[in-house]
Amino acid sequence: MTRETCINAALLLGLLAVPLWAWATDEAFTITLATRVAILALAGVGLNIALGLGGLVSLGHAAFFGVGGYAMGILASHAQSYTPLAEWPLVIEGSTSMPVIWLVAMLFSALAALAVGALSLRTSGVYFIMITLAFGQMFYFFAISWPAYGGEDGLSIYVRNGFPGLNTLDPIQFFGICFALLALALWLNARLARSPFGLALGAARQTPARVETVGLSPFRLRLTAFVISGAITGLAGALFADLNRFVSPTMFSWQTSGEIMVFVILGGVGRLYGPVAGAALFITLEHVLGGLSEFWHVYLGLLLLLVVLFARGGLIGLIAGRQVAHD
Amino acid sequence: MTLILFIEQLLNGLQFGVMLFLMAAGLTLVFGVMGLINLAHGSLYMVGAFAAAAVAGWSGSFLLALIAALVAAAAAGALVELLVIRRLYDRDHLDQVLATFALILIFSEGTRYLFGSFPLYLNIPDALSGPVMLPGGIAYPAYRLALIVIGLAIAAGLFWLINHTRLGIRIRAGEADREMIAALGVDISKLYTIVFALGAALAGLAGALVGAIQAVQVGMGEPVLILAFVVIVIGGIGSIKGALIGALMVGLTDTMGGLLLPALFGLFMDNSAAQATGSAIASMLIYILMALVLIWRPQGLFGVRA
Repeated sequence: MTRETCINAALLLGLLAVPLWAWATDEAFTITLATRVAILALAGVGLNIALGLGGLVSLGHAAFFGVGGYAMGILASHAQSYTPLAEWPLVIEGSTSMPVIWLVAMLFSALAALAVGALSLRTSGVYFIMITLAFGQMFYFFAISWPAYGGEDGLSIYVRNGFPGLNTLDPIQFFGICFALLALALWLNARLARSPFGLALGAARQTPARVETVGLSPFRLRLTAFVISGAITGLAGALFADLNRFVSPTMFSWQTSGEIMVFVILGGVGRLYGPVAGAALFITLEHVLGGLSEFWHVYLGLLLLLVVLFARGGLIGLIAGRQVAHD
Repeated sequence: MTLILFIEQLLNGLQFGVMLFLMAAGLTLVFGVMGLINLAHGSLYMVGAFAAAAVAGWSGSFLLALIAALVAAAAAGALVELLVIRRLYDRDHLDQVLATFALILIFSEGTRYLFGSFPLYLNIPDALSGPVMLPGGIAYPAYRLALIVIGLAIAAGLFWLINHTRLGIRIRAGEADREMIAALGVDISKLYTIVFALGAALAGLAGALVGAIQAVQVGMGEPVLILAFVVIVIGGIGSIKGALIGALMVGLTDTMGGLLLPALFGLFMDNSAAQATGSAIASMLIYILMALVLIWRPQGLFGVRA
C-alpha cells in the first residue's frame, strides 16, 4: 500500500466518521457540513475527469452544476404545484423522486457538456479556458433573464425530494445518499483511469500527435471525457439543490466554476481523491476562517496563491510526495 | 420603434464597445507578449474605479479622479507583476488561472474591507452632464459621447504606440520571439512590467470612465472581464486590431439585440411573452456570436495561432 492509498482511505473514513460522530452527539449542523463536502467533492470528481485525466482546463463547469440544479428545481416545482411540465406532444409530469431527478439532471448536463465541448474543444490552451468561462456566463445570464422559473430570485422547493425506502429529511440518511454517490463516482473515476479509454485520454493529454498516429481521435476522446465530466458535475448540482432546497442563478456564476476548480487544485490535480481533500479543506476553512473574519476570502486567496506558487501537488501531493512513475 | 431610439442605441452600443476595447486591449497585449492569461484584469478595472471615486469625493475634480485611476491601476498592475505574475510566465495555463483567481479573491475582499460593501457613486463632470443635440434632432448624453471620443482616441494612440514607437517595436518583437529580443539586449523583464502596467492602466481608466455611469462596487470587474474574453476569442489573441473590431461587434450586438429581438418576437407573439423570450435570447446573443466565429474561424477573426 502506497502512502497515497493510506491517505485516500483515511480521507474517505474521516468523511464517514465525522457525520456519524455528529449524529451520535446530535449535531445536525456538522452533518450538513459533511454533506456539503460530499456533494462539492462529487462536483470536483466530475471536473477532475476533464482536468486531471484529460488536461482540459474548464472554467465553465458551473454551467453543468447549474443545469443539474435546475433539473431538480424544475421537476420538483412542477410536482409541487401539480402542473405538468409539458402537455404536448406527450404529457410530462414533474417528479419528486430522486433517482428520476438524478437521471434527468445527468442527461441534460451531459447534453449541455456535449454542446459546449463540441464548440470549445475546437480550440485549446488559453482559448479553451476563455471559451468555457464565456459559455458558463451565457447560462448564468439566461437563467437570470428567463422569468418562467424564478429568474433572478431562483426557485424554492419546500420539501426535500424522496428516495424509495429512505427518509431524506433525516440529515444522516441524506448524507448517506450523497456519500454513496461520491464513493460510486470515485470508483468509476478509478476504473476509467485504468480503462483503455482512460489510457488513450491520458496519452492525448501528453502527446496528441502520437495518439492521432495510432488512429485515435484526440477530439473525440476529449469530448467523451468532457461529457462524462459534465454529467457527474450535473448530478452534484442536483444534490446541492436538494441539500439547500433552493436553486438560483448563483449556481451558474463564474465564482462557482472557480470554486469547483479550487477544490481540485487544493487537493491535488489528477489525484483520485484530490477533490475530496480539497472540498473538505475548503469547507473547513470557510467554517473556521468565516467565523473569525468576515473577509475570509482574503486568506483563502493567499492560501491558494501559496499552493500554486510553492506546493504544486496540492494537499495530497504535500503529504504523499510526488506522483509515482505512471504519469 | 423610432429611428431616434435606434440611433441612440447604436451610439450606446458603440460606447459599450469602445470601453470593452480598453479592457480587451490590455488583456490581449499581456497574452500576446507574455503568454499569460490574467483573470485579475477585472480587479484592475475595479481598482481604477475605486481610486477615481475616492479621489473625486476628496477633491471634487473629475480630471484628478481619472489621473488617480490611471496611476492607481498602473501601480497595482506593476506591483502584482513584480510579486506574483512574474513567477507564472513559464508555468502552464492552469497555474496562471488559479493564481490570478486567487488575486481576484484578495483584491475583491481587500476592497470590501477598505471601502465597505455599499456601492460608491462617481459623478459625471458638470461640463458633460447635459445632452448634446446631434444632427437630425437627437438629444444624446454628452458624457457618453465623450466616452466614445476618448475611447477612439486611445485606440488611435495605442495603434500609434504599437506601430511607430520604440516601445511598440519591442512589444511586437516580444510577441514574435522573446528569446531573440532578450539576446539583442532588451531588458525583457522590464518590458514585461511595462506592458503589464500599461494594460492595467487602460483597464483602470475604463473602470473610472464607466464607473461614472454605473455604480462603483466590488465585483464590477469580472462581468466586463468575461466580455473582454469573448472579444478576444472573436478578434483573435494578441491582435489589437482584432480587439477593436471584436469589441465593437460585441458592444453593438449586445445593445442592438436587447432592442431588436423583443420587437422581432413581438411580430408573432403577444407582448409580454415576446419581451421575456426576446430578452432571454438577447442575453445569450454575444455568446452565440462567439460560437459562430468559433465554427467559422477557431483562431478568431485576426488571430494567427489556433
